[in-house]
Amino acid sequence: MAGQGASGAAATGYRSLTGPLLLPAWAMIGIFLLLPVLLMTVYSFLTREFRGGVDWTFSLAAYDRFLLSRGLFGDEPPVLEWTYITIFWRSVWQAGLATLICLIVGFPTAWFIATRPLRSRALWLFMITVPYWVNLLIRTVSLRFLLRDQGPLNDLLIGTGLLDSPLRIINTNLAVQLGLFYSYLPFMVLPIYAAVERYNFALSEAAADLYASRWTTLREIVLPVVRPGIIAGCILVFVPSLGAFLAPDLLGGAKTYMIGSLIEEQFKGSQGNWPFGAAVSVILMTLVLIMLLVYARAQGRAGVR
Amino acid sequence: MAGRLDIRRYPGFAAMTVLCLTILYVPLAVVIAYSFNASTSLTNWGGVSLRWYADLFTGVEAPRFRAAAWNSITIASLAATASTIIATAAAVAMVRGGQFRGKGATFALINLPLMVPEIVTAVATLIFFSTIGLMTGYLTILIAHITFCIPFAYLPIAARLEGIEETFEQAARDLYATRAQAFRLILLPLLMPGVISGFLLAFIISLDDFIITNFVKGAGMETLPTAIFGSVKQGIKPNILALSTVMLTVSILFVTLSYFVNRLGQRSRA
Amino acid sequence: MDEVIAVRQGVKRFGAFTALAGVSLTIGHNQFFTLLGPSGCGKTTLLRCIAGFEDLSEGAILLEGRDIAGLAPNLRPVNTVFQHYALFPHMTVAQNVAFGLKMQGMAPGPRLKRAGEMLELVHLSGFADRLPSQLSGGQQQRVALARALAPSPKVLLLDEPLSALDLKLRQAMRVELKQLQEETGITFVFVTHDQEEALTMSDRIAVMGAGEVRQIGSAREIYEAPVNRFVAGFIGETNLLPVRVASFAGGMARVVLPGGHQLTCPAAQTAPTGTPHVSIRPERMTPVAPGSGDLDASVERLIYLGTDLQVLARLADGTALHLRMQNSARATPPAAGSTIGIMIEEGAARLLAD
Repeated sequence: MAGQGASGAAATGYRSLTGPLLLPAWAMIGIFLLLPVLLMTVYSFLTREFRGGVDWTFSLAAYDRFLLSRGLFGDEPPVLEWTYITIFWRSVWQAGLATLICLIVGFPTAWFIATRPLRSRALWLFMITVPYWVNLLIRTVSLRFLLRDQGPLNDLLIGTGLLDSPLRIINTNLAVQLGLFYSYLPFMVLPIYAAVERYNFALSEAAADLYASRWTTLREIVLPVVRPGIIAGCILVFVPSLGAFLAPDLLGGAKTYMIGSLIEEQFKGSQGNWPFGAAVSVILMTLVLIMLLVYARAQGRAGVR
Repeated sequence: MAGRLDIRRYPGFAAMTVLCLTILYVPLAVVIAYSFNASTSLTNWGGVSLRWYADLFTGVEAPRFRAAAWNSITIASLAATASTIIATAAAVAMVRGGQFRGKGATFALINLPLMVPEIVTAVATLIFFSTIGLMTGYLTILIAHITFCIPFAYLPIAARLEGIEETFEQAARDLYATRAQAFRLILLPLLMPGVISGFLLAFIISLDDFIITNFVKGAGMETLPTAIFGSVKQGIKPNILALSTVMLTVSILFVTLSYFVNRLGQRSRA
Repeated sequence: MDEVIAVRQGVKRFGAFTALAGVSLTIGHNQFFTLLGPSGCGKTTLLRCIAGFEDLSEGAILLEGRDIAGLAPNLRPVNTVFQHYALFPHMTVAQNVAFGLKMQGMAPGPRLKRAGEMLELVHLSGFADRLPSQLSGGQQQRVALARALAPSPKVLLLDEPLSALDLKLRQAMRVELKQLQEETGITFVFVTHDQEEALTMSDRIAVMGAGEVRQIGSAREIYEAPVNRFVAGFIGETNLLPVRVASFAGGMARVVLPGGHQLTCPAAQTAPTGTPHVSIRPERMTPVAPGSGDLDASVERLIYLGTDLQVLARLADGTALHLRMQNSARATPPAAGSTIGIMIEEGAARLLAD
């Protein structure tokens, strides 16, 4: 049966059509995404024009501003500028924490669903995915509504006498964390579920047979085997959390300022700085692409396709 | 006793699942419940009423919402249709086209919208449109939506196509069907569940998008998410809860539909 | 012109892999022709080249004398029964059977009538409005046959069509397939790796190995007069004994068996290359008293097979040998460890070409 896969192409006759069939996709994504991303990179090396936009002269000012501080009037010797690195660091930290929380909640959930009988499994899975398809903005708004100082949660806590004064959650890191968790949890559950569903439970039985306890089995056998699913889930949560805009913007405050808001601000009104916004975007994108590349290499080495 | 021996069972995992679902659904449930609140104040419960739903159609913000809804729905329909057609063509080439040069690169390109952070896509698109001098507005939103919806439509279609044995088309060709007839009479009907899923997902994704739309919409142009965002920035009002409930219901309806179409498709394949 | 299909020096390469290494054969009218061989021997590839799903890298395929290279499958008057039938799941049985006729432009009336006739031919008249998924494996098989036969092709190609059925059904279908071929008068080209299937149905068999045709002949010729070690070993059980050729002329050879005994046996047309071997079927040797047969061997093990007994023996030079004897009260089986003589039936040994 060797070569049947390749041969089929001749049989159904699409081989000679691949060009025309792919042209629309190439054109749309090539012109309206790839080209813009390249143009954005160019913009990050241009000079800022006030009132938005750019002046087409080469400049490293955007990256310089990101990394170095030259005093209020720009005449002091450059020192490392911490403002933006701190924002990046905070974003990485927030996204990492959100990923960890999603993993802690998501793994047991994925495991539980994957071990349900086949009939009910689809329903459980469906219930996990439905909220994902609800508008992210609406989900974030609903969380903000729930957590407000005079919101239903505080009403309940005060009403039942558990608290005297409202819990101030909005504008804290906790609120942002909750928002990120709420936004991206299904991204963690689904790939882990897929991995657990393929997991051969005879391995657990073999481990139990060889005197491993339930939790030892989980640590020594299950986790290593389903690791590709866990890593995929972590990436799918971490990457969008890193560039998240809505959760920090609607749930957080000045102290929870993240990359997404920083970028957005550079394109708003006359205080904007397009080259700087482009530069921050380039840095964010590079960070993400490097992670995806490392992940793809690791997957490739693990023999997963 | 059976539970003790079941190696699939871990204590606490069920509780975690329930916690998980609770966290996912409670905020939505609360919004739905409060959208029926008769009181003008968000905090006090004033009995059940549909006044905020009526407000969506008659209130001060009604014209704004109506325009935004029209934009959202037409953009989502057009973007989903276009991206589904583009994705179907691409999937046929990728799955049925055999090996060709640049296949890996093409796959990466199709999935590029999923790999680039949304905010970066938004920035890049804005810069692009502003450079070529295209006035931001309906058209720019539509183009951006078609572009990032392509991978969402592509994934279910390609998955379905991979599950369809090539022998069906070969049998058709063997029985004197031309390539076009084999596509129209055999492949397309078998692929339909994937195409419908792809369309529905693309539709929801377009309807949901806030960040990219917010960057490329230009002044005076609104879709539902940007309109809601604008309102919420000035504080959550009850009419927003009603509007959210409507959109939430529509989304859930669509996903449920897509779920059943898929189930039906699986049954027909067996 | 006598043949429907002629393959001339057909070569098919997939990248570095050569699936067909120069195949030549002709297939006559109204024939049940089988391509038999182990998996990977190129038989399916050859079938797909005839159907038009592949094109030969070199050589030619002639259909009634016309070169069909590069012709799309829909332009070849040849139909296929696929291994897993490939019945269109979204069409009824009748729609499936009528599909080819519809593509050929036949009007709805006549084509439904023809579909009905075809279903009658395969004994499925009552099933016209069912969906394929509502049929059993055997019924699906018949629909696939009816569908492929409906347009009255010049040649019907069958790609291991019985492999998905269970044993009982498979055996019943063999007879039916042969009958169908005789009734319709259409040439069947049947691909299988199952030698029993090939022997029971075929008018002619081409045994294939490693992309080449190793022997073409009737079932009897291939079983009883294999020309090379591959065919002798692939069809049925056999013993291959290394021999020395004393003389070779006119299809007969005088060979010296291990142990020194001489034997005259039929041989292939060409003189053997490399180490010459004779092939002897296990059921055509009988144990006799030591010294009184053609060979002497020591019995290593007796295996009880119900109707038969298998005797595993070894010659003095170490060559292993097995023979079969009927399990009857009259024959006393030799004891394990004893030495026996072995009598080879007249004409049972055959000198192979390689």
